[in-house]
Amino acid sequence: MMISGAEIVIRCLQEEKVDCVFGYPGGSVLHIYDALFKQDDVKHVLVRHEQAAVHAADAYSRSSQRVGVALVTSGPGVTNTVTGIATAYMDSIPMVVLCGQVPTQYIGQDAFQECDTVGITRPCVKHNFLVKDVKDLAITIKKAFHIAATGRPGPVVVDIPKDVTAQMCEFDYPKTIQMRSYNPVVKGHLGQIKKAVQMLQEAKRPIIYTGGGVILSDAADKLTQLAKKLDFPVTNTLMGLGGYPATDRQFVGMLGMHGTFEANNAMHYADVILAVGARFDDRVIGNPEHFSSEKRRVIHIDIDPSSISKRVKVDVPIVGNVADVLDEMLKLLDGGCKTDPEVADWWKQIDEWRGRKSLAYRQTNHIMPQYVVEKLYEVTGGDAFITSDVGQHQMFAAQYYKFDKPRRWINSGGLGTMGVGLPYGMGVLMANPDAQVACVTGEGSIQMCIQEMSTCKQYGLPVKIINLNNGMLGMVRQWQEMFYSKRYSQSYVTSLPDFVKLAEAYGHVGMRIEKPEDVEPALRKAFTEHKDDLVFMDFIIDPGANVFPMVAAGKGLTEMILAEEL
Amino acid sequence: MRHIISILIENEAGALSRVAGLFSARGYNIESLTVAPTEDPSLSRMTILTSGSDDVLEQITKQLNKLVDVVKVVDLSEAAHVERELMLIKVRATGKDREEMKRMADIFRGRIIDVTESTYVIELTGASTKLDSFIAGLDAGLILETVRTGVCGIGRGDRILKV
Repeated sequence: MMISGAEIVIRCLQEEKVDCVFGYPGGSVLHIYDALFKQDDVKHVLVRHEQAAVHAADAYSRSSQRVGVALVTSGPGVTNTVTGIATAYMDSIPMVVLCGQVPTQYIGQDAFQECDTVGITRPCVKHNFLVKDVKDLAITIKKAFHIAATGRPGPVVVDIPKDVTAQMCEFDYPKTIQMRSYNPVVKGHLGQIKKAVQMLQEAKRPIIYTGGGVILSDAADKLTQLAKKLDFPVTNTLMGLGGYPATDRQFVGMLGMHGTFEANNAMHYADVILAVGARFDDRVIGNPEHFSSEKRRVIHIDIDPSSISKRVKVDVPIVGNVADVLDEMLKLLDGGCKTDPEVADWWKQIDEWRGRKSLAYRQTNHIMPQYVVEKLYEVTGGDAFITSDVGQHQMFAAQYYKFDKPRRWINSGGLGTMGVGLPYGMGVLMANPDAQVACVTGEGSIQMCIQEMSTCKQYGLPVKIINLNNGMLGMVRQWQEMFYSKRYSQSYVTSLPDFVKLAEAYGHVGMRIEKPEDVEPALRKAFTEHKDDLVFMDFIIDPGANVFPMVAAGKGLTEMILAEEL
Repeated sequence: MRHIISILIENEAGALSRVAGLFSARGYNIESLTVAPTEDPSLSRMTILTSGSDDVLEQITKQLNKLVDVVKVVDLSEAAHVERELMLIKVRATGKDREEMKRMADIFRGRIIDVTESTYVIELTGASTKLDSFIAGLDAGLILETVRTGVCGIGRGDRILKV
């Protein structure tokens, strides 16, 4: 039977078992929206700005194992998605963005709402397509889902001109797809894995350093088994939190610019690093020269060969899917695992570093942001999905909310996109309808996508917004305080709205919390009495609170500034 | 170090911009780039002349391999290969220079492929250094126009880049 291109798009989504797309209609996608109207399998969430559609689809993916989908119109619809696409690309999130385009005969004519979608998105997608013939539509969408979800995942854009969605064609969705130019490696090289296992057993000062790759390949259980078997310390990157249970004794905390004293020292002084799905980026190892001053051996497991030996020379590279490689390692260690007795001394050293209690903070008369996150952890039983924006609040959430499970910590690690928090909360709730979701944000970030409170009302998405309000762009202010002689250039946010009234105006619940003793009761109220409501909790926090430890830009990992020194 | 990267890539719209975009986004050099379809019209062969340290070259090949349209990548200069570049050069050929130009073209085994009363177009093929030498050997004032294709190369003997 011949069906229209628009119907083909929807049929493809159904075939891919997509239950929900985030989008915004417009001229070029009207045929698709019409086809969407005539069916019930694929729900649609109408956002208030296309950027939020992509962020929500991104979080849908991060918090589940499924590919998130966004649908937008041509021109400004597409340009509004670019930040969201780049955000997903930097964190390797599988996502498909379907974009309308002007009719094929108008392409290149500067038509109304025309833009070069493929050209604009090219540097921030895993791949993109322009479909010029309805006969290619189904197979292109199949390819898009395949490419997005396999290998090192990433966003894929499919640009669909309006006339293509009107043309008629037989629908035939391929079950599988073969591409001669795209065959990502899955299994790691067994010889290399054996070498790695040998090296781990010889290590005297080992560390297991893991990143987002563990989360993406659903390898948290395997990683935990491996770490337990070896009894080695584990540190996570910002993207890797939840890959290993944070409440476990072997967990030394997050590492990097705002990592713990013990994690950064253990990373720096380790003689063997097992890097798993992490990429030694600048926020993780600080100054690369300083980092390489210590002699050590590095084993690196990553599905993307270009991540290996990019910033740090690797001795044993293993290209493969993290879960598969860890599985092979576990099998090898099942045959007998004998680690070096000197590791016990290493643990003593680590415990000594731990004794510095680098995350301790001073209570003042004001509400401390760290305290809010600690209480949030208690009130939610440590089991909530925490989305965040970018800045001090993000670091406080990462440091003080102890993630025991993967896919619970949803933030923009690579691109560092302010404004993601609220749409991330929407995406998480669409993928996990009954979950507790808190968006830890600040008064700067939340205003970048605040219009989505309206979407939350329409679809009943009870995100708990934890606004750590210090009246300043906190992280900018922190740097200005420390490195720019307290010249607070443009880091004050004056004329803030009354967030309580604003939340109420959107039909939600607003609370303003100004005293430390009110923090816990307010949180409890929000998560019990207002379980099904979006609650905007405006916490007026200590305006002087800073994030420590801190490795200043250009400094080495061990050159940390600690709170106790100030 | 100078390297010649050969790439087999799907012959699709935008494939060239993916490669060129990758080089500019990551700050790699392109000294020359040539591209044309192969005997299989669905595939293009691209040759990029670039330079960089071993670490940079490792990243270039890895990043190229990551592009979804790229089928195969090889660093030709890693082993025995031959390379050629084609140049068309238009020179002033009047008076005593007319004979001199003819003689220079002969010495470099070039061919004169267009003649007017006052100009020649000389076609010259060879390693890039030979083309450079030819230009250096001419009186700069007599060169009206030069067009060079950029380097293309192929592995020697059994070194074959094919799907």
